[in-house]
Amino acid sequence: MPLIDLANPTRFLALAARLMPWLIGATVLAFAAGLYLAAGAPDDYQQGATAKIMFIHVPAAWLAMGCWALMSVTALGTLVWRHPLADVAAKAAAPVGAAFTFLCLVTGSLWGRPMWGTYWVWDARLTSVFVLFLMYLGVIALWRTVEDPARAGRAAAILTLVGAINLPIIKFSVDWWNTLHQPASVLRLGGTAIHPTLLYPLLVMALAYALFFLTLHLAAMRNEILRRRVRSLMLMQAQSAPGSGA
Amino acid sequence: MSPLAALFLRELRLAVRLGGGAGIGVLFFLIVVALIPFAIGPDLALLARIGPAILWLGALLASLLTLDRLLAADAEDGSLDLILTGRTPLELAVAAKALAHWLTTGVPLAVATPLFGLLLNLEFRISAVVAVTLLVGTPALTFIGLIGAALSVTIRRGGLLLAVLVLPLTVPVLIFGVAAANTAVVGPLPFGTPFTILCALTLVSLVVGTFASAAALRHGLE
Amino acid sequence: MVGDLGPHAAFIVAAYASVALVLAVLIAWVALDYRAQRQKLAALESRGITRRSGRT
Repeated sequence: MPLIDLANPTRFLALAARLMPWLIGATVLAFAAGLYLAAGAPDDYQQGATAKIMFIHVPAAWLAMGCWALMSVTALGTLVWRHPLADVAAKAAAPVGAAFTFLCLVTGSLWGRPMWGTYWVWDARLTSVFVLFLMYLGVIALWRTVEDPARAGRAAAILTLVGAINLPIIKFSVDWWNTLHQPASVLRLGGTAIHPTLLYPLLVMALAYALFFLTLHLAAMRNEILRRRVRSLMLMQAQSAPGSGA
Repeated sequence: MSPLAALFLRELRLAVRLGGGAGIGVLFFLIVVALIPFAIGPDLALLARIGPAILWLGALLASLLTLDRLLAADAEDGSLDLILTGRTPLELAVAAKALAHWLTTGVPLAVATPLFGLLLNLEFRISAVVAVTLLVGTPALTFIGLIGAALSVTIRRGGLLLAVLVLPLTVPVLIFGVAAANTAVVGPLPFGTPFTILCALTLVSLVVGTFASAAALRHGLE
Repeated sequence: MVGDLGPHAAFIVAAYASVALVLAVLIAWVALDYRAQRQKLAALESRGITRRSGRT
């Protein structure tokens, strides 16, 4: 099926319906494999078993940033190529990305308490992710505040692109600020190279997260298309019944 | 006189008029700077230590609150539509508005800083350094804020949304502005390092802010 | 396997539990939203309001 067919919402819905069962199955399998590997992973010599938090923390961070990258691409789709489903993809992605960012912060905080002795630390990475979380909330707020979906889509697209430009700057500035204020208390994973017994669970969990994101994103896009249909039908109904109430 | 110059002068005149926002910005800055000691307590040493940060936060909030009127007032009375359909390129027009905003809000804030620094037990030397960093950093605050203002222009009472959208984007400016100011207080670092990065951030925001807000206005009001 | 999670077992469990909770909330949100939209569309259809392609 050529890519242009995906621009048609009805065809997209049909494709989504066909893909969903496979995606759900793949996600469940990946999580099962990942959790099994994570449970069997050896303890880090410094951190003990808390290193297992890495398997759910790091993939969340990757997805959080990857989702914003995806939203940036859809933003270009909305503004430059005027793809009909681009803003649907953007709107559906934002809450999921925000959830992964939130998870990154929470798991990081729970990892930090036993490791650094405190739930929150203005570590460079946590701070950058925190600002990213605020930006996600801002985009979601923008989506919910502008009524017309098309106009909301364009506004959100601009904000997403500005955010994308800002993210490396924020990361750099927070990194710089953090090295100003704190002596390096960097988390060590027992060496610079991650041992395979820790790497494989990490990668499998990352795959599981990515599949979960894909599944949920597809389902959310489907919901958004249906929501817009409901909206246009209700508008049509309101227009075609002049003067007469419900 | 070219339309662009006329627009710029109009902005200046509107801002200095009563209720235009130039004086109010400085007044709000003063109130914020005065409120902090009430919250923290009259610990002079502590106030001096965090003085540059308080001044920067006050400037940030004061800039933010006056941004709302930058575009919303024009949208309400239809001038924004005239600007959009005029022959002056929209980018130049919004840049002119932002420049006028900075001249009437940002610059007064920076100028008032040495005086308000006295309230925080800051030496004049330190306040002067803070003032310089504010002078360089407030254009960034204005132009980044312009993006939020353009995105929320059609939303009634969009002031809070504007703040929510803008504040995360101003984090780098705040970090490097305060860092540059702090080199006068604590300073193992030379002033130049964070200051040049602050200058770079401002220059980038001039460009990104202009183009992003023009795009937001076009897409939002078409 | 869960037994020898070391002295900080509570944090590890809490972290995994929070992930499970957030993912479950996401699934619930998507599923409930789907049901809501389907119900609205069905209600509209039963009142005879359909898209042009929905009419025979």
